[in-house]
Amino acid sequence: MNRWLWIILIALGLVAPYVLYPVFVMKLLCFALFACAFNLLLGYTGLLSFGHAAFFGAAAYAAGHSIKVWGFPTELGILTGTLVACLLGVVFGKLAIRRQGIYFAMVTLALAQIVYFVALKSSFTGGEDGLQGVPRGRLLGFIDLNDSLNMYYFVLAIFLFGFWLIARIVDSPFGQVLKAIRENEPRALSLGYDVSRFKLIAFVLSATLSGLAGATKAVVFQFASLTDVNWATSGEVVLMTLVGGVGTITGPMVGAFTVVSLHSRLSWMGSWVTVIVGITFIVCVLVFRRGIVGELQELLRRLRGRPTRARPAAAAQPQATKREA
Amino acid sequence: MEGEYILVTSGLVREFKGFVAVDHVDLRVRRGSIHALIGPNGAGKTTVFNLLTKFLPPTRGQIIYNGNDITRHSPAQVAKLGMIRSFQISSVFPHMTALENVRMGLQARHGGSLRFWRSGKTLHSLHGQALELLRAVGLEEFADVAAVELPYGRKRALEIATTLALDPELLLLDEPTQGMGAEDVGAITELLKRVAVGRTVLMVEHNLGVVGRLADRITVLQRGRVLAEGNYAEVSTNPDVITAYMGGAAHA
Repeated sequence: MNRWLWIILIALGLVAPYVLYPVFVMKLLCFALFACAFNLLLGYTGLLSFGHAAFFGAAAYAAGHSIKVWGFPTELGILTGTLVACLLGVVFGKLAIRRQGIYFAMVTLALAQIVYFVALKSSFTGGEDGLQGVPRGRLLGFIDLNDSLNMYYFVLAIFLFGFWLIARIVDSPFGQVLKAIRENEPRALSLGYDVSRFKLIAFVLSATLSGLAGATKAVVFQFASLTDVNWATSGEVVLMTLVGGVGTITGPMVGAFTVVSLHSRLSWMGSWVTVIVGITFIVCVLVFRRGIVGELQELLRRLRGRPTRARPAAAAQPQATKREA
Repeated sequence: MEGEYILVTSGLVREFKGFVAVDHVDLRVRRGSIHALIGPNGAGKTTVFNLLTKFLPPTRGQIIYNGNDITRHSPAQVAKLGMIRSFQISSVFPHMTALENVRMGLQARHGGSLRFWRSGKTLHSLHGQALELLRAVGLEEFADVAAVELPYGRKRALEIATTLALDPELLLLDEPTQGMGAEDVGAITELLKRVAVGRTVLMVEHNLGVVGRLADRITVLQRGRVLAEGNYAEVSTNPDVITAYMGGAAHA
Protein backbone atom coordinates (compact mmCIF):
# COMPACT_ATOMS: atom_id res chain seq x y z
CA MET A 1 0.00 0.00 0.00
CA ASN A 2 2.84 2.31 0.91
CA ARG A 3 4.51 1.93 -2.44
CA TRP A 4 1.24 2.60 -4.27
CA LEU A 5 0.75 5.76 -2.28
CA TRP A 6 4.12 7.00 -3.45
CA ILE A 7 3.53 6.07 -7.07
CA ILE A 8 0.17 7.86 -7.11
CA LEU A 9 1.57 10.88 -5.33
CA ILE A 10 4.52 11.28 -7.67
CA ALA A 11 2.38 10.66 -10.77
CA LEU A 12 -0.17 13.26 -9.69
CA GLY A 13 2.63 15.68 -8.85
CA LEU A 14 4.23 15.28 -12.27
CA VAL A 15 0.99 15.74 -14.20
CA ALA A 16 -0.63 18.46 -12.07
CA PRO A 17 0.94 21.57 -13.66
CA TYR A 18 -0.44 20.56 -17.06
CA VAL A 19 -3.96 20.34 -15.68
CA LEU A 20 -4.00 23.12 -13.11
CA TYR A 21 -2.39 26.50 -12.88
CA PRO A 22 1.19 25.77 -11.68
CA VAL A 23 1.36 28.62 -9.15
CA PHE A 24 -1.85 27.36 -7.59
CA VAL A 25 -0.45 23.83 -7.28
CA MET A 26 2.75 25.23 -5.78
CA LYS A 27 0.66 27.02 -3.18
CA LEU A 28 -1.13 23.73 -2.46
CA LEU A 29 2.19 21.95 -2.03
CA CYS A 30 3.61 24.59 0.32
CA PHE A 31 0.58 24.49 2.56
CA ALA A 32 0.39 20.71 2.35
CA LEU A 33 3.97 20.48 3.60
CA PHE A 34 3.19 23.00 6.32
CA ALA A 35 0.16 20.97 7.46
CA CYS A 36 2.10 17.69 7.35
CA ALA A 37 4.82 19.25 9.50
CA PHE A 38 2.21 20.50 11.92
CA ASN A 39 0.61 17.06 12.05
CA LEU A 40 3.94 15.59 13.10
CA LEU A 41 3.40 17.51 16.31
CA LEU A 42 -0.37 17.33 16.79
CA GLY A 43 -1.05 13.91 15.34
CA TYR A 44 2.11 12.04 16.21
CA THR A 45 3.30 13.73 19.38
CA GLY A 46 -0.04 14.87 20.79
CA LEU A 47 0.94 18.52 21.21
CA LEU A 48 -1.33 21.30 19.95
CA SER A 49 0.76 24.30 18.95
CA PHE A 50 -1.10 27.47 18.21
CA GLY A 51 1.91 29.37 16.97
CA HIS A 52 3.15 27.49 13.96
CA ALA A 53 2.75 30.53 11.69
CA ALA A 54 5.78 31.97 13.47
CA PHE A 55 8.00 29.28 11.94
CA PHE A 56 6.31 29.47 8.55
CA GLY A 57 6.48 33.27 8.48
CA ALA A 58 9.91 33.77 10.00
CA ALA A 59 11.36 31.35 7.48
CA ALA A 60 9.58 33.21 4.67
CA TYR A 61 11.08 36.52 5.82
CA ALA A 62 14.54 35.05 6.37
CA ALA A 63 14.56 33.37 2.97
CA GLY A 64 13.22 36.48 1.26
CA HIS A 65 15.66 38.80 2.97
CA SER A 66 18.73 36.63 2.43
CA ILE A 67 17.94 36.22 -1.27
CA LYS A 68 16.84 39.76 -2.00
CA VAL A 69 19.20 41.83 0.18
CA TRP A 70 22.18 39.56 0.77
CA GLY A 71 22.03 38.09 -2.70
CA PHE A 72 22.02 34.45 -1.55
CA PRO A 73 21.38 31.87 -4.25
CA THR A 74 17.82 30.51 -4.07
CA GLU A 75 18.60 27.12 -2.55
CA LEU A 76 20.82 28.69 0.12
CA GLY A 77 18.11 31.26 0.86
CA ILE A 78 15.56 28.50 1.45
CA LEU A 79 18.06 26.72 3.65
CA THR A 80 18.61 29.91 5.64
CA GLY A 81 14.89 30.32 6.19
CA THR A 82 14.59 26.71 7.29
CA LEU A 83 17.49 27.12 9.71
CA VAL A 84 15.92 30.23 11.24
CA ALA A 85 12.70 28.28 11.82
CA CYS A 86 14.74 25.49 13.39
CA LEU A 87 16.45 27.86 15.84
CA LEU A 88 13.16 29.55 16.62
CA GLY A 89 11.74 26.08 17.22
CA VAL A 90 14.45 25.35 19.78
CA VAL A 91 13.65 28.58 21.65
CA PHE A 92 9.87 28.07 21.55
CA GLY A 93 10.23 24.42 22.41
CA LYS A 94 12.45 25.00 25.42
CA LEU A 95 9.94 27.49 26.79
CA ALA A 96 6.75 25.60 26.05
CA ILE A 97 7.46 21.88 26.13
CA ARG A 98 6.88 21.28 29.83
CA ARG A 99 3.39 22.74 29.67
CA GLN A 100 0.51 20.47 28.86
CA GLY A 101 -2.67 20.74 26.78
CA ILE A 102 -4.19 24.18 26.56
CA TYR A 103 -1.27 25.80 28.41
CA PHE A 104 1.12 24.55 25.79
CA ALA A 105 -1.11 26.04 23.07
CA MET A 106 -1.26 29.35 24.92
CA VAL A 107 2.50 29.63 25.38
CA THR A 108 3.13 28.91 21.69
CA LEU A 109 0.47 31.45 20.72
CA ALA A 110 2.02 34.13 22.93
CA LEU A 111 5.51 33.49 21.53
CA ALA A 112 4.16 33.59 17.98
CA GLN A 113 2.53 36.94 18.71
CA ILE A 114 5.94 38.28 19.70
CA VAL A 115 7.31 37.15 16.34
CA TYR A 116 4.34 38.82 14.64
CA PHE A 117 5.05 42.04 16.50
CA VAL A 118 8.70 41.98 15.49
CA ALA A 119 7.67 41.43 11.86
CA LEU A 120 5.24 44.33 12.08
CA LYS A 121 7.71 46.81 13.57
CA SER A 122 11.02 45.85 11.96
CA SER A 123 12.28 47.63 8.89
CA PHE A 124 13.74 44.61 7.12
CA THR A 125 10.33 42.92 6.90
CA GLY A 126 8.75 45.91 5.24
CA GLY A 127 6.12 46.12 8.01
CA GLU A 128 2.59 46.35 6.63
CA ASP A 129 3.80 46.28 3.03
CA GLY A 130 5.65 43.02 3.45
CA LEU A 131 8.90 41.99 1.86
CA GLN A 132 8.27 42.43 -1.87
CA GLY A 133 10.14 41.56 -5.02
CA VAL A 134 12.15 38.54 -3.95
CA PRO A 135 13.91 37.25 -7.07
CA ARG A 136 13.43 33.55 -7.77
CA GLY A 137 16.91 33.32 -9.21
CA ARG A 138 18.51 30.27 -10.72
CA LEU A 139 18.64 26.85 -9.10
CA LEU A 140 22.25 25.64 -8.80
CA GLY A 141 23.13 28.62 -10.96
CA PHE A 142 21.71 27.33 -14.25
CA ILE A 143 18.03 26.37 -13.94
CA ASP A 144 15.93 29.47 -14.41
CA LEU A 145 13.24 29.46 -11.74
CA ASN A 146 11.30 32.29 -13.38
CA ASP A 147 10.04 29.60 -15.68
CA SER A 148 7.02 28.39 -13.74
CA LEU A 149 7.45 24.73 -14.71
CA ASN A 150 11.05 24.71 -13.48
CA MET A 151 9.91 26.37 -10.30
CA TYR A 152 7.10 23.88 -9.99
CA TYR A 153 9.29 20.79 -10.18
CA PHE A 154 11.70 22.31 -7.70
CA VAL A 155 8.81 22.86 -5.27
CA LEU A 156 7.51 19.36 -5.93
CA ALA A 157 10.95 17.94 -5.09
CA ILE A 158 11.03 19.92 -1.83
CA PHE A 159 7.55 18.77 -0.95
CA LEU A 160 8.28 15.13 -1.68
CA PHE A 161 11.46 15.29 0.36
CA GLY A 162 9.64 16.90 3.31
CA PHE A 163 6.80 14.42 3.08
CA TRP A 164 9.19 11.49 2.86
CA LEU A 165 11.10 12.74 5.89
CA ILE A 166 7.91 13.06 7.94
CA ALA A 167 6.79 9.56 6.96
CA ARG A 168 10.24 8.30 7.86
CA ILE A 169 10.23 10.03 11.25
CA VAL A 170 6.83 8.58 12.09
CA ASP A 171 8.04 5.11 11.18
CA SER A 172 11.46 5.38 12.87
CA PRO A 173 12.43 4.08 16.33
CA PHE A 174 12.07 7.71 17.41
CA GLY A 175 8.52 7.72 16.04
CA GLN A 176 7.76 4.59 18.06
CA VAL A 177 8.76 6.40 21.23
CA LEU A 178 6.55 9.35 20.27
CA LYS A 179 3.69 6.93 19.85
CA ALA A 180 4.40 5.38 23.23
CA ILE A 181 4.47 8.82 24.85
CA ARG A 182 1.15 9.69 23.24
CA GLU A 183 -0.38 6.44 24.40
CA ASN A 184 0.89 6.46 27.97
CA GLU A 185 3.29 9.17 29.00
CA PRO A 186 3.99 8.06 32.62
CA ARG A 187 4.75 4.56 31.41
CA ALA A 188 7.17 5.83 28.76
CA LEU A 189 8.87 7.85 31.45
CA SER A 190 9.11 4.89 33.80
CA LEU A 191 10.79 2.85 31.07
CA GLY A 192 13.55 5.44 31.05
CA TYR A 193 12.54 7.59 28.08
CA ASP A 194 13.33 11.23 28.67
CA VAL A 195 9.89 12.37 27.54
CA SER A 196 10.62 16.12 27.44
CA ARG A 197 13.60 15.55 25.21
CA PHE A 198 11.62 13.49 22.72
CA LYS A 199 8.88 16.10 22.66
CA LEU A 200 11.40 18.88 22.15
CA ILE A 201 13.03 17.13 19.21
CA ALA A 202 9.63 16.47 17.65
CA PHE A 203 8.76 20.11 18.14
CA VAL A 204 11.98 21.33 16.52
CA LEU A 205 11.56 18.93 13.59
CA SER A 206 8.01 20.16 13.08
CA ALA A 207 9.14 23.80 13.26
CA THR A 208 11.99 23.19 10.83
CA LEU A 209 9.77 21.53 8.24
CA SER A 210 7.17 24.28 8.66
CA GLY A 211 10.02 26.67 7.96
CA LEU A 212 10.96 24.77 4.82
CA ALA A 213 7.36 25.22 3.63
CA GLY A 214 7.38 28.94 4.49
CA ALA A 215 10.73 29.63 2.85
CA THR A 216 9.63 27.83 -0.31
CA LYS A 217 6.40 29.80 -0.35
CA ALA A 218 8.34 33.07 -0.18
CA VAL A 219 10.32 32.10 -3.27
CA VAL A 220 7.24 30.92 -5.20
CA PHE A 221 5.25 34.11 -4.60
CA GLN A 222 8.34 36.30 -4.42
CA PHE A 223 7.22 37.95 -1.22
CA ALA A 224 6.75 37.42 2.51
CA SER A 225 4.02 39.25 4.35
CA LEU A 226 2.40 39.66 7.74
CA THR A 227 -0.23 37.09 6.75
CA ASP A 228 2.49 34.44 6.90
CA VAL A 229 3.21 35.12 10.58
CA ASN A 230 -0.33 35.96 11.60
CA TRP A 231 -2.17 33.89 14.19
CA ALA A 232 -4.88 33.30 11.60
CA THR A 233 -2.34 31.23 9.65
CA SER A 234 -1.61 29.24 12.81
CA GLY A 235 -5.35 28.59 13.03
CA GLU A 236 -5.57 27.69 9.37
CA VAL A 237 -3.00 24.93 9.68
CA VAL A 238 -4.87 23.44 12.65
CA LEU A 239 -7.99 23.48 10.52
CA MET A 240 -6.29 21.86 7.53
CA THR A 241 -4.95 19.10 9.71
CA LEU A 242 -8.27 18.39 11.41
CA VAL A 243 -10.30 18.53 8.20
CA GLY A 244 -7.93 16.11 6.47
CA GLY A 245 -7.46 13.80 9.43
CA VAL A 246 -5.11 14.28 12.34
CA GLY A 247 -2.60 11.50 12.92
CA THR A 248 -2.92 10.13 9.38
CA ILE A 249 0.01 10.48 7.04
CA THR A 250 -1.89 11.87 4.04
CA GLY A 251 -4.70 13.62 5.93
CA PRO A 252 -3.08 17.03 6.36
CA MET A 253 -2.23 17.08 2.67
CA VAL A 254 -5.86 16.43 1.74
CA GLY A 255 -6.94 19.01 4.32
CA ALA A 256 -4.58 21.62 2.92
CA PHE A 257 -5.82 20.96 -0.62
CA THR A 258 -9.41 21.30 0.56
CA VAL A 259 -8.94 24.52 2.48
CA VAL A 260 -6.69 26.22 -0.09
CA SER A 261 -9.05 25.19 -2.91
CA LEU A 262 -12.06 26.53 -1.03
CA HIS A 263 -10.26 29.82 -0.54
CA SER A 264 -9.32 30.19 -4.18
CA ARG A 265 -12.56 28.87 -5.72
CA LEU A 266 -14.71 31.05 -3.52
CA SER A 267 -12.50 34.13 -3.53
CA TRP A 268 -15.26 36.05 -5.40
CA MET A 269 -17.32 35.87 -2.22
CA GLY A 270 -14.89 38.11 -0.34
CA SER A 271 -14.80 37.68 3.38
CA TRP A 272 -17.69 35.18 3.21
CA VAL A 273 -15.05 32.59 2.41
CA THR A 274 -14.06 32.64 6.06
CA VAL A 275 -17.64 31.82 6.99
CA ILE A 276 -17.79 28.95 4.50
CA VAL A 277 -14.48 27.54 5.70
CA GLY A 278 -15.72 27.92 9.27
CA ILE A 279 -18.89 26.00 8.49
CA THR A 280 -16.87 23.29 6.75
CA PHE A 281 -14.81 23.00 9.89
CA ILE A 282 -17.85 22.74 12.16
CA VAL A 283 -19.44 20.11 9.94
CA CYS A 284 -16.16 18.23 9.97
CA VAL A 285 -15.93 18.26 13.75
CA LEU A 286 -19.57 17.26 14.20
CA VAL A 287 -20.01 14.71 11.43
CA PHE A 288 -16.67 13.21 10.55
CA ARG A 289 -14.39 13.66 13.50
CA ARG A 290 -11.54 11.63 12.11
CA GLY A 291 -11.24 14.00 9.17
CA ILE A 292 -11.59 13.08 5.51
CA VAL A 293 -8.75 10.58 5.36
CA GLY A 294 -9.45 9.27 8.86
CA GLU A 295 -13.06 8.49 7.95
CA LEU A 296 -12.05 6.85 4.68
CA GLN A 297 -9.59 4.63 6.50
CA GLU A 298 -12.25 3.73 9.02
CA LEU A 299 -14.67 2.89 6.21
CA LEU A 300 -12.08 0.65 4.55
CA ARG A 301 -11.41 -1.07 7.84
CA ARG A 302 -15.10 -1.72 8.34
CA LEU A 303 -15.52 -3.03 4.80
CA ARG A 304 -12.75 -5.48 5.50
CA GLY A 305 -14.66 -6.47 8.59
CA ARG A 306 -12.03 -5.59 11.13
CA PRO A 307 -12.97 -4.10 14.48
CA THR A 308 -12.48 -0.43 15.18
CA ARG A 309 -9.20 0.42 16.74
CA ALA A 310 -8.39 4.05 17.22
CA ARG A 311 -10.84 6.30 18.96
CA PRO A 312 -12.13 9.30 17.05
CA ALA A 313 -9.24 11.59 16.51
CA ALA A 314 -7.94 14.49 18.46
CA ALA A 315 -4.66 13.33 19.74
CA ALA A 316 -4.57 16.39 21.95
CA GLN A 317 -7.54 15.04 23.85
CA PRO A 318 -5.84 12.48 26.09
CA GLN A 319 -3.64 15.21 27.50
CA ALA A 320 -6.60 17.30 28.51
CA THR A 321 -8.32 14.40 30.23
CA LYS A 322 -5.14 13.36 31.93
CA ARG A 323 -4.82 16.71 33.58
CA GLU A 324 -8.30 16.54 34.99
CA ALA A 325 -7.90 13.02 36.27
CA MET B 1 29.12 -0.76 45.46
CA GLU B 2 27.79 -4.17 46.35
CA GLY B 3 26.20 -3.37 49.67
CA GLU B 4 23.80 -5.55 51.57
CA TYR B 5 20.99 -3.11 50.90
CA ILE B 6 20.13 -2.03 47.39
CA LEU B 7 17.82 0.76 48.44
CA VAL B 8 17.99 2.81 51.60
CA THR B 9 15.91 5.82 52.55
CA SER B 10 16.55 7.96 55.56
CA GLY B 11 14.15 10.46 57.06
CA LEU B 12 12.01 10.56 53.95
CA VAL B 13 9.30 13.22 54.22
CA ARG B 14 6.72 14.40 51.73
CA GLU B 15 4.28 17.15 52.57
CA PHE B 16 1.32 18.31 50.52
CA LYS B 17 0.29 21.80 51.59
CA GLY B 18 0.63 21.16 55.31
CA PHE B 19 -0.53 17.55 55.15
CA VAL B 20 2.26 15.09 55.80
CA ALA B 21 1.75 12.10 53.50
CA VAL B 22 5.08 10.46 54.25
CA ASP B 23 6.59 11.09 57.65
CA HIS B 24 10.24 10.18 58.31
CA VAL B 25 10.26 6.82 56.59
CA ASP B 26 13.46 4.81 56.92
CA LEU B 27 13.37 1.91 54.54
CA ARG B 28 16.01 -0.71 53.87
CA VAL B 29 15.52 -3.09 51.00
CA ARG B 30 17.85 -6.07 51.09
CA ARG B 31 19.46 -7.05 47.81
CA GLY B 32 17.81 -10.07 46.23
CA SER B 33 14.78 -10.04 48.50
CA ILE B 34 11.08 -9.47 47.90
CA HIS B 35 10.06 -6.64 50.13
CA ALA B 36 6.41 -5.69 50.57
CA LEU B 37 4.97 -2.39 51.62
CA ILE B 38 1.54 -2.74 53.14
CA GLY B 39 -0.86 -0.62 55.12
CA PRO B 40 -4.45 0.57 55.20
CA ASN B 41 -5.78 2.96 52.56
CA GLY B 42 -4.17 6.36 52.70
CA ALA B 43 -1.13 5.08 54.57
CA GLY B 44 1.16 6.72 51.99
CA LYS B 45 2.31 3.59 50.16
CA THR B 46 1.86 4.97 46.68
CA THR B 47 3.40 8.27 47.72
CA VAL B 48 6.49 6.42 48.97
CA PHE B 49 6.57 4.69 45.61
CA ASN B 50 6.36 7.94 43.72
CA LEU B 51 9.16 9.36 45.85
CA LEU B 52 11.41 6.38 45.22
CA THR B 53 10.86 6.46 41.46
CA LYS B 54 11.19 10.25 41.39
CA PHE B 55 7.69 10.88 40.10
CA LEU B 56 7.45 13.16 43.15
CA PRO B 57 10.30 15.10 44.74
CA PRO B 58 10.69 14.50 48.47
CA THR B 59 10.28 17.44 50.83
CA ARG B 60 13.14 16.19 53.02
CA GLY B 61 15.27 13.12 53.43
CA GLN B 62 17.59 11.05 51.32
CA ILE B 63 17.31 8.10 48.96
CA ILE B 64 20.34 5.94 48.30
CA TYR B 65 20.21 3.39 45.49
CA ASN B 66 23.20 1.10 45.03
CA GLY B 67 25.35 3.54 46.96
CA ASN B 68 24.32 6.52 44.79
CA ASP B 69 22.34 9.42 46.16
CA ILE B 70 19.35 9.58 43.82
CA THR B 71 17.31 12.04 45.89
CA ARG B 72 17.33 14.67 43.10
CA HIS B 73 17.37 12.41 40.06
CA SER B 74 14.71 12.44 37.33
CA PRO B 75 12.40 9.45 36.66
CA ALA B 76 14.18 8.66 33.39
CA GLN B 77 17.55 8.71 35.17
CA VAL B 78 16.58 6.22 37.86
CA ALA B 79 15.07 4.01 35.19
CA LYS B 80 18.42 3.98 33.41
CA LEU B 81 20.09 2.93 36.67
CA GLY B 82 18.00 -0.22 36.62
CA MET B 83 15.12 0.68 38.89
CA ILE B 84 11.86 0.17 37.02
CA ARG B 85 8.37 0.66 38.33
CA SER B 86 4.90 -0.49 37.42
CA PHE B 87 1.71 1.41 38.11
CA GLN B 88 -1.36 0.78 40.21
CA ILE B 89 -3.63 0.60 37.22
CA SER B 90 -2.37 -1.62 34.46
CA SER B 91 -0.02 0.43 32.39
CA VAL B 92 0.40 -0.66 28.81
CA PHE B 93 0.51 1.15 25.49
CA PRO B 94 -3.09 0.35 24.52
CA HIS B 95 -3.00 0.69 20.74
CA MET B 96 0.28 -1.08 20.27
CA THR B 97 0.48 -4.84 19.96
CA ALA B 98 1.84 -6.97 22.79
CA LEU B 99 5.04 -7.39 20.81
CA GLU B 100 5.39 -3.64 20.29
CA ASN B 101 4.77 -3.04 23.97
CA VAL B 102 7.63 -5.30 24.99
CA ARG B 103 9.76 -3.85 22.22
CA MET B 104 9.40 -0.40 23.81
CA GLY B 105 11.18 -1.82 26.83
CA LEU B 106 13.91 -3.42 24.76
CA GLN B 107 14.35 -0.26 22.73
CA ALA B 108 14.83 1.75 25.92
CA ARG B 109 17.64 -0.55 26.96
CA HIS B 110 19.34 -0.69 23.57
CA GLY B 111 19.26 3.08 22.99
CA GLY B 112 19.38 4.80 19.63
CA SER B 113 15.84 6.00 20.05
CA LEU B 114 16.68 9.56 19.10
CA ARG B 115 17.62 8.57 15.57
CA PHE B 116 14.55 9.86 13.81
CA TRP B 117 16.06 9.32 10.37
CA ARG B 118 16.37 5.56 10.71
CA SER B 119 13.93 3.10 9.26
CA GLY B 120 11.47 1.41 11.58
CA LYS B 121 12.73 -1.89 10.21
CA THR B 122 15.85 -1.59 12.36
CA LEU B 123 13.58 -2.48 15.28
CA HIS B 124 12.81 -5.88 13.79
CA SER B 125 16.09 -7.16 15.20
CA LEU B 126 14.48 -6.94 18.64
CA HIS B 127 11.57 -9.23 17.77
CA GLY B 128 13.32 -12.43 18.80
CA GLN B 129 14.02 -11.13 22.27
CA ALA B 130 10.53 -9.66 22.53
CA LEU B 131 8.93 -13.00 21.70
CA GLU B 132 11.10 -14.71 24.27
CA LEU B 133 9.90 -12.30 26.94
CA LEU B 134 6.29 -12.80 25.89
CA ARG B 135 6.83 -16.53 26.15
CA ALA B 136 8.16 -16.11 29.67
CA VAL B 137 4.87 -14.57 30.78
CA GLY B 138 2.70 -16.87 28.67
CA LEU B 139 1.67 -14.30 26.09
CA GLU B 140 3.43 -15.65 23.04
CA GLU B 141 0.24 -16.36 21.12
CA PHE B 142 -0.99 -12.81 21.73
CA ALA B 143 2.06 -11.14 20.18
CA ASP B 144 0.06 -9.44 17.44
CA VAL B 145 -2.96 -8.50 19.54
CA ALA B 146 -3.39 -4.87 20.54
CA ALA B 147 -2.83 -4.47 24.27
CA VAL B 148 -6.23 -2.84 24.72
CA GLU B 149 -7.91 -6.07 23.59
CA LEU B 150 -6.19 -8.26 26.18
CA PRO B 151 -8.06 -9.23 29.34
CA TYR B 152 -6.96 -7.55 32.54
CA GLY B 153 -4.76 -10.29 33.93
CA ARG B 154 -2.90 -10.58 30.66
CA LYS B 155 -2.39 -6.83 30.50
CA ARG B 156 -0.59 -7.05 33.82
CA ALA B 157 1.49 -9.93 32.54
CA LEU B 158 2.33 -7.82 29.49
CA GLU B 159 3.32 -4.96 31.72
CA ILE B 160 5.67 -7.23 33.63
CA ALA B 161 7.19 -8.53 30.39
CA THR B 162 7.79 -4.94 29.26
CA THR B 163 9.43 -4.13 32.57
CA LEU B 164 11.59 -7.25 32.38
CA ALA B 165 12.76 -6.18 28.92
CA LEU B 166 14.84 -3.57 30.72
CA ASP B 167 16.43 -6.27 32.85
CA PRO B 168 15.86 -4.23 36.01
CA GLU B 169 17.94 -4.73 39.09
CA LEU B 170 15.21 -3.40 41.32
CA LEU B 171 11.60 -3.93 40.35
CA LEU B 172 8.98 -1.73 41.96
CA LEU B 173 5.47 -3.07 41.63
CA ASP B 174 2.50 -0.99 42.66
CA GLU B 175 -0.31 -3.40 43.58
CA PRO B 176 0.38 -6.04 40.94
CA THR B 177 -2.78 -8.03 41.70
CA GLN B 178 -5.21 -5.18 42.17
CA GLY B 179 -8.57 -5.67 40.50
CA MET B 180 -7.91 -9.28 39.55
CA GLY B 181 -10.01 -12.39 39.83
CA ALA B 182 -8.78 -15.23 42.02
CA GLU B 183 -7.30 -17.35 39.21
CA ASP B 184 -5.42 -14.35 37.79
CA VAL B 185 -4.03 -13.55 41.24
CA GLY B 186 -2.63 -17.05 41.46
CA ALA B 187 -1.07 -16.85 38.01
CA ILE B 188 0.52 -13.45 38.63
CA THR B 189 1.85 -14.54 42.01
CA GLU B 190 3.57 -17.50 40.38
CA LEU B 191 4.88 -15.26 37.64
CA LEU B 192 6.27 -12.75 40.13
CA LYS B 193 7.97 -15.51 42.04
CA ARG B 194 9.70 -16.62 38.86
CA VAL B 195 10.78 -13.18 37.68
CA ALA B 196 12.05 -12.21 41.12
CA VAL B 197 14.88 -14.71 40.85
CA GLY B 198 18.14 -12.79 40.67
CA ARG B 199 16.50 -9.43 41.26
CA THR B 200 15.18 -7.33 44.08
CA VAL B 201 11.47 -6.58 44.24
CA LEU B 202 9.73 -3.92 46.26
CA MET B 203 5.97 -4.16 46.03
CA VAL B 204 2.94 -2.41 47.37
CA GLU B 205 0.19 -4.97 47.80
CA HIS B 206 -3.24 -5.10 49.36
CA ASN B 207 -3.77 -8.81 49.03
CA LEU B 208 -2.16 -10.20 52.17
CA GLY B 209 -2.36 -13.72 50.79
CA VAL B 210 -0.03 -12.68 47.99
CA VAL B 211 2.23 -10.86 50.43
CA GLY B 212 2.38 -13.92 52.66
CA ARG B 213 3.36 -16.16 49.79
CA LEU B 214 5.91 -13.86 48.19
CA ALA B 215 7.47 -11.40 50.59
CA ASP B 216 10.62 -12.07 52.58
CA ARG B 217 10.17 -8.90 54.51
CA ILE B 218 7.23 -6.61 55.14
CA THR B 219 7.03 -2.97 56.15
CA VAL B 220 3.70 -1.76 57.45
CA LEU B 221 2.87 1.90 56.93
CA GLN B 222 0.21 3.86 58.73
CA ARG B 223 -0.50 7.55 58.30
CA GLY B 224 2.82 8.00 56.54
CA ARG B 225 4.90 6.36 59.28
CA VAL B 226 6.46 2.95 59.61
CA LEU B 227 4.26 1.03 62.04
CA ALA B 228 6.05 -2.29 62.02
CA GLU B 229 8.57 -4.31 60.08
CA GLY B 230 9.47 -7.96 59.93
CA ASN B 231 8.57 -11.20 58.19
CA TYR B 232 4.98 -12.29 57.67
CA ALA B 233 4.67 -14.17 60.95
CA GLU B 234 6.03 -11.27 62.97
CA VAL B 235 3.98 -8.62 61.26
CA SER B 236 0.69 -10.50 61.22
CA THR B 237 0.84 -11.10 64.97
CA ASN B 238 1.90 -7.56 65.83
CA PRO B 239 -0.94 -6.05 67.90
CA ASP B 240 -0.46 -2.56 66.41
CA VAL B 241 -0.83 -3.96 62.93
CA ILE B 242 -3.94 -5.89 63.88
CA THR B 243 -5.48 -2.73 65.29
CA ALA B 244 -4.53 -0.76 62.19
CA TYR B 245 -6.33 -3.29 60.03
CA MET B 246 -9.40 -3.11 62.32
CA GLY B 247 -8.55 -6.36 63.96
CA GLY B 248 -9.65 -8.59 61.10
CA ALA B 249 -8.00 -8.16 57.76
CA ALA B 250 -4.53 -9.16 58.94
CA HIS B 251 -5.78 -12.67 59.62
CA ALA B 252 -7.42 -13.02 56.23
